[in-house]
Amino acid sequence: MTVPPDLPAIQAALRGGNLHCRQLVEHYLEQAERNRALNIYLEVFREEALAKASESDARLAKGEEPGRLFGCVLSIKDVLCYAGHRVSAGSRMLEGFESQFSATAVERALAEDAIILGRVNCDEFAMGSTNEHSAFGPTRNPVDPERVPGGSSGASAAAVAAGTCLASLGSDTGGSVRQPAAFCGVFGLKPTYGRISRHGLIAYASSFDQIGILSRTATDAALLLQVIAGPDPYDSTVSLEPVPELEPLLRDDSPRRIAWLALGEGQGVDPAIAEAYSNLQGELEKRGHRLEPVQIPLLNYLVPAYYVMATAEASSNLARYDGLRYGHRTARAGDVGELYRKSRTEGFGAEVKRRIMLGTFVLSASYYDAYYRKAQQVRRLIKRELDRLWENCDLLLLPTTPSPAWPLGQMTDDPVGMYLADQFTVMANMAGLPAISIPFGYKDGKLPLGMQLLGPAFAEPALLALAHQLTGKSS
Amino acid sequence: MKVDDSLISRLEDLARLELAPEERLRLQAELENILDMVAKMQELDTEGVEPLAHLAQHPAPLRDDEPEGCWPVGQALGQAPVRHRDFFVVPKVVSSPNA
Repeated sequence: MTVPPDLPAIQAALRGGNLHCRQLVEHYLEQAERNRALNIYLEVFREEALAKASESDARLAKGEEPGRLFGCVLSIKDVLCYAGHRVSAGSRMLEGFESQFSATAVERALAEDAIILGRVNCDEFAMGSTNEHSAFGPTRNPVDPERVPGGSSGASAAAVAAGTCLASLGSDTGGSVRQPAAFCGVFGLKPTYGRISRHGLIAYASSFDQIGILSRTATDAALLLQVIAGPDPYDSTVSLEPVPELEPLLRDDSPRRIAWLALGEGQGVDPAIAEAYSNLQGELEKRGHRLEPVQIPLLNYLVPAYYVMATAEASSNLARYDGLRYGHRTARAGDVGELYRKSRTEGFGAEVKRRIMLGTFVLSASYYDAYYRKAQQVRRLIKRELDRLWENCDLLLLPTTPSPAWPLGQMTDDPVGMYLADQFTVMANMAGLPAISIPFGYKDGKLPLGMQLLGPAFAEPALLALAHQLTGKSS
Repeated sequence: MKVDDSLISRLEDLARLELAPEERLRLQAELENILDMVAKMQELDTEGVEPLAHLAQHPAPLRDDEPEGCWPVGQALGQAPVRHRDFFVVPKVVSSPNA
């Protein structure tokens, strides 16, 4: 079966009776089964998804008007709560844990008749760039199973790339939606901080975390964002900014002023990426956009500042895993202190421990000013620098990653190398801005490459419109 | 920066973790590498720059002070590793005065 190219086409086929929701779900289930060796799904909600599909078909046959996301079959990253279903954040710490409520984003998608096919793997507590830091084994890249799919939403990107679902909900703290999207050749949208409620998203670094969307088209990302974004009484950091009707805005092809990041020697950008990047600039100019190069001298300070702040927040957020009320509890403790220590030591994996230790260090009294406070000042500086940039341009173009997907195992003993690979993605999280990774070009005709557009707060319509323009073959 | 054994012990204690001897050694080296990478920030002059911790764009709106979204006790305790009736069971945290 060939699935129509995007959600509007799927919905038209469903309405026209040429396709049934049940067929669609059966197709995705088959694809998930066929790609089992990639270790994408931690759990497939088979019977439930089929039942929901039949229900949708019956309602449509009766002439009932379906929700906006009918026919939208999703997977969700293992950090999003779905009531009555397990969620483990890729960790032994939460093995067997069952959500008692649904994340607002999940609830809103379900309320509009989306179907959730399953829960997909990720780096433990969303900490990692490869999906190798999951307690449930690495996920492999569908393009080349000997390579990583990226991370931490690596299995979300793999799920979309392997055609096991239409789109996937992930989370992006320092690039965790965009980098895997680039590695697997799909779209990855990280909205403005606060655009989507974080209620029911397992916290990693709360001032950076944002739910994001991995999809095959910009149209699908827009349609999903429309439904899941917006104010929520259960998240006090969510923005009150109204969500515009996004789909008509996709067709906005007005000329934009686009600054492109001039790449330096130090960035170690793969020649294939440099070439695709310059091709994209040409392509944008051809379409009437005005391009100009820009230097961002702070770029090299962002990964250091990001890792200080994110690990500090992580060490605080993950203090809740104490073995008392939920999560893993050791069987070997005498007193309560030992219960904390042993439960945490047994429950957390190596990367999570490393980040908790680093975060604890930068927050400790003697080092707080030199590290944590300093990083917050860098954050202020980059925000200022970008605010100034928006005075003269609409969007910023830069590669998503310095390299395409690397082989499994290459970065496992090199945390610093892994962290530095985030150099182009952390900027959006540091400044709370929206960014999208667009699949654009291949290395050696095979490995997908991603290019990134970043905009001022709430510029999602412009990002999606441009992404659509560059790649759209929408119905 | 040099990360010595006593610093690792102090962080372990603060983070409530217990590392195996080989994990301690590895982490010592890794933290040193990470802190060397992070030291780059010190090149920047940030004198007088106000720290920016969070990006929420407005004062946090609060919900009305009405109870809602409450769960029955059984559900709230549903994920407890060990429970007794309506309570979480934890190791004893106070000792009796006579002990």
